[in-house]
Amino acid sequence: MTVASPTPGDPTSSPHGSADQEEEGSSIDGAQPAVVDDVLGLGEGASGPALVLEHTTKSFGAVHALVDGSIELHWGETHGLVGENGAGKSTLVKILAGVHLPDSGRLVVNGREVRLDGPAASRAVGIAVIHQEASVFPDLSVAENVFIGREPLRSGRRIDFKTMNEEIAVVVDRLGVRLDPRRIAKGLSVADQQIMEIAKALSLKASIIVMDEPTAALSAHEVDRLFEIVELLRCEGTAVLFISHRLQEVFDVCQRVTVMRDGRHVFTKPLAGLVADDLVQAMVGREVVDRAAGGSQQIGDVVLAVDHLSREGVFTDVSFTVRSGEIVVLAGLVGSGRSEVARAIFGIDRRDAGSVSINGRRLRSGSPIDAIAAGVGFVPEDRRQQGLVMAMAIDRNIALASHDHLKRKGLIWGALERDFAADWASRLRLKYGKLSGNASTLSGGNQQKLVLAKWLGRNPSLLVIDEPTRGIDVATKAEVHRLLERLAAEEGVAILMISSELPEVLRMGNRTLVMREGQLVAEFSHSEVSEERIVAAATGQHQDAGSLVTTDAVGPGAA
Amino acid sequence: MSSQDAALVPAGGSPQRLVDMVFRLREYGIIVVLIIFIAVTTSIQPRFLGEQNIKFVLLNATIYALLALGETMVVVSRQMDLSVGSVLGLSAYVSSNLFGQVHGIPIPVVFLVGIGIGFVCGVVNGAITAFARVPGLVVTLATLYIIRGVDISIIGGGEVVASSLPAHFSAIGSDSVVGVPYVTICVAIVIAIGTYSLRSFRAGRELYAIGSNPEAARLVGIPIARRVFSAYVISGAIAGLAGVIWASFYGTVDSTAGTGYELTVVTAVVVGGVAIFGGSGSAAGAAFGALLLSTIATALYALGVSPFWDPAFDGLLLVLAITLDRGIALRLAAVMRKRTFRHEP
Repeated sequence: MTVASPTPGDPTSSPHGSADQEEEGSSIDGAQPAVVDDVLGLGEGASGPALVLEHTTKSFGAVHALVDGSIELHWGETHGLVGENGAGKSTLVKILAGVHLPDSGRLVVNGREVRLDGPAASRAVGIAVIHQEASVFPDLSVAENVFIGREPLRSGRRIDFKTMNEEIAVVVDRLGVRLDPRRIAKGLSVADQQIMEIAKALSLKASIIVMDEPTAALSAHEVDRLFEIVELLRCEGTAVLFISHRLQEVFDVCQRVTVMRDGRHVFTKPLAGLVADDLVQAMVGREVVDRAAGGSQQIGDVVLAVDHLSREGVFTDVSFTVRSGEIVVLAGLVGSGRSEVARAIFGIDRRDAGSVSINGRRLRSGSPIDAIAAGVGFVPEDRRQQGLVMAMAIDRNIALASHDHLKRKGLIWGALERDFAADWASRLRLKYGKLSGNASTLSGGNQQKLVLAKWLGRNPSLLVIDEPTRGIDVATKAEVHRLLERLAAEEGVAILMISSELPEVLRMGNRTLVMREGQLVAEFSHSEVSEERIVAAATGQHQDAGSLVTTDAVGPGAA
Repeated sequence: MSSQDAALVPAGGSPQRLVDMVFRLREYGIIVVLIIFIAVTTSIQPRFLGEQNIKFVLLNATIYALLALGETMVVVSRQMDLSVGSVLGLSAYVSSNLFGQVHGIPIPVVFLVGIGIGFVCGVVNGAITAFARVPGLVVTLATLYIIRGVDISIIGGGEVVASSLPAHFSAIGSDSVVGVPYVTICVAIVIAIGTYSLRSFRAGRELYAIGSNPEAARLVGIPIARRVFSAYVISGAIAGLAGVIWASFYGTVDSTAGTGYELTVVTAVVVGGVAIFGGSGSAAGAAFGALLLSTIATALYALGVSPFWDPAFDGLLLVLAITLDRGIALRLAAVMRKRTFRHEP
């Protein structure tokens, strides 16, 4: 079988036998229990597994990022890799990418033991890694991005732009997408950037493709398109390592899964016969109790009133209210204008028409200062870039929005600041080394708590939160959810939350508003809401979108 | 613009063509500004286009444009070389002083010495920046003073005087064809080759890649340190070459030669459309930037404006260039934002 060859990703090879088992190119409808056996069958013709990583360790100073990293990929399989943040997934990926050299352990690719001492070595053995933070050069053309460092040359060692553009056009065609090789990468959507990275993997004739959280910033139909491509590659015999925080996606697209915890390999199993709870338990090492929203909150007066709010080309005529003690969730596809509405409410972007009022007081357009003074707190989607000052101490980050309370005689007193910060850190059960350490020393979940602490210190009447749990591990996620529920129920804070994860939307929202193409298209109460209804409203389709897992994703930070 | 906006635009759709067009216009725009400026000045003061005047402008621009070639290589890789003025000064003195010390020394040898001095300075800048990972801005700020200090201590109170230079050497700047000095033609050819190389060779494109996204450059295995090092070495060698040419133009070389050139060169580079944080722009654009600055200086003189106003105009031009870029970028983002829904499939 062609699969066994070292370059099964060769563009000329057609999908082989195993593709017959399924509808070609449709991977997302449901699990594929029969496939695992088939994949194992493929392995017989080959010289064993595609890639074996055994008992690998990697430490950075005193931090043991990887204690026992092991993984085994077969040709023609999509293999899920799951684990909480800090489980060692990223380190494992970087070892496969040749970015980090392991301290010990063994790596066998296609039957040969290899030492990957650089990205070039990793490419040479047929591994292509699509990194979590898409590694795009915004000023270079799409074709150059794909071929960087290995451009085809013509006489005099000059770059052969013509051949380059032609080759990538072939690859892009094969993926069935439209992408002009000559355009510069600046302004490409995250989805197109990812397509570009996949095109790079294909043009490298990579036989092993590693995808680190490829869906984190994709909308539902973009996820579909990605999964179709992944399935296409798999059917051609490529080994795909698929890393995701969204377990349902792993079930949708993978055949086997490896779970990691605390830098260790926990288990590798076929997905057939497993349920999401098995993975969660293995990841966390205990059962996670996910309490459903009680809906017992005391809903009070209107805090936020958004009236006929418009911003040309972004959103039109958006009107809604959020009451004291109420959690309202904004759902919708990427680009539907959710984050932009949040930004306009907080005054980061100007509004073209309409009004925003807090407790009856109308806010000025484009003035976050006015919004803060009126008691609005804003937790942006990109906490590293927009939510925190990463190179500033934890206590100063917490105190950042409360300087007026911490002033004596016009100066900010260090002691007041520290006490204030220590108080909030303990109330939110922040896990930190030293309060004087930089915000960058905290884990993702704790950074999010830090952003929350900053605003809670001001006793806000409205909290606007964009993607509160994105990239946060399962246990901390539940903690953040409980925290938000407590704020609403006990402190009477009005919460406007944007979320792309349907389970989160279903759990948290007293009411759920759905946006599509810049307009508010649906509203569901806690008892009415369901995944199917949200997806149908968000996509403007009827119930046929029911198999989707996550409504959408989030607009990422600008490229 | 944000990527949310782009998310709904089909790849390769017309907003992108708009972006591409504007970026291309940015490079040619400077030529348009130059032509308008010359036309306006000439209409007020017809003598501005006299042969002598053109020659003066070109000679003046030649050195800046040459320095701008090296500076462009450094700036596109998200670094900065502030030492070029000092390197030029040291090279100008040491090389031209050879004529008095070694009787009958061939002119090519003098050029090689000048380039060699610049090369060594570039190696120092490049090594500290690329391998010790100190920001190049700080490294070259330090070497700006150090090299100038060395220059002053070598020269003492003395200077090279024009009468000590051989006639052939002094003629480098004066021989010309239809008003264009040969040296300007040579430098133009060098800049053309430099521009083409940056565009067409891997090493060149990798400088752009490094400036565009250093982290991604590391992930795809671009030898960042080696490339940045090379850029500094070339910039240094070019500054050394410029020093020898400078000596041939002016004849009299003292310890102040080339003082303040670094800022003019950086200004020319930015006015010429090279992004100050790297990733885009061309050496040809930077050369036109130098020509524009030089033209403005001369035009002000021709129009009877006090030369004391010259720096103020350079600054104004810099602010205008950057404001214009920013304005275009924002305008473009707004246009694409409004097109978002219209291009919905």
